[in-house]
Amino acid sequence: MRLQIKVKPYLNKSWLWVRPEAELDMASADAFRQAITKALAAYGCRNLWLDFSAVSFIDSSGLGVLLGRYRELQPLGGSIIITRPNEQVYHLLTAAGLHRIMEIDRPATLKYGKEGF
Amino acid sequence: METVREDACIATERLQRDCRKGEQHSLDPVNKLQFRFLSRSENVSLARLLAAALAASREMTVAELDEIKVAVSEAVSNAIIHGYEGRDDCYVEMSLALTPEQLVITVHDDGVGIADIEQAIKPSYSAKRDRMGLGFAFMHSFMDAVDVVSTPGAGTTVTLYKDLP
Repeated sequence: MRLQIKVKPYLNKSWLWVRPEAELDMASADAFRQAITKALAAYGCRNLWLDFSAVSFIDSSGLGVLLGRYRELQPLGGSIIITRPNEQVYHLLTAAGLHRIMEIDRPATLKYGKEGF
Repeated sequence: METVREDACIATERLQRDCRKGEQHSLDPVNKLQFRFLSRSENVSLARLLAAALAASREMTVAELDEIKVAVSEAVSNAIIHGYEGRDDCYVEMSLALTPEQLVITVHDDGVGIADIEQAIKPSYSAKRDRMGLGFAFMHSFMDAVDVVSTPGAGTTVTLYKDLP
């Protein structure tokens, strides 16, 4: 399996917790998008809590899925938070400017020198 | 035997063409890999891992290796998604060359090509839904130089250059 994903509703189904275990690139992007969309609809959640502790890599295909979910949830008053990203993932999230529209955990050991472009 | 010689000629010609593009690219690579793979999405991770593995033979930080992985991932994803329009039965050609000064990565597809390169490399331009259009922005931001050569209907070659310390 390229993508393993765990989902769980929280706080009276206002939040959906999602823990993908994958490299979020074009090989897993479609499955990742479908799993989130399906679970959001099934539980009727508006807020997304993405636990990225098992995401080892992300590129623009994975970022595209995040931006797409933001565009869907934001008009409904929902929001997205991302916890426990590794350094590569954090570096790319901020390079893409997603930290301006989502709450993103900063890795404890940040060795990368720069943020954003 | 004839084929082997032809291949060698083509390889030499390509290398010389690569050399003309890269200002500091020396003629003799210290090491070079050339390979082709099916335009299947699972090969994107193999391609970036190979590039990172070769780069790791030189002095590089983990952050730099991660950036090379992203740049290769974007170039190969573009070849499959845009060049071959998602078809998984075409071939992507790749070369990785390590010279004393640079890592030079080429990614080539024989796909539809890019009509307007200026437009295609703009951040936030994406012809496809739910994509960020950041592929070329990441390539430019993470590598020292990026070259795009494309002919509509005849494919695209992206060359990524990373200067080595």
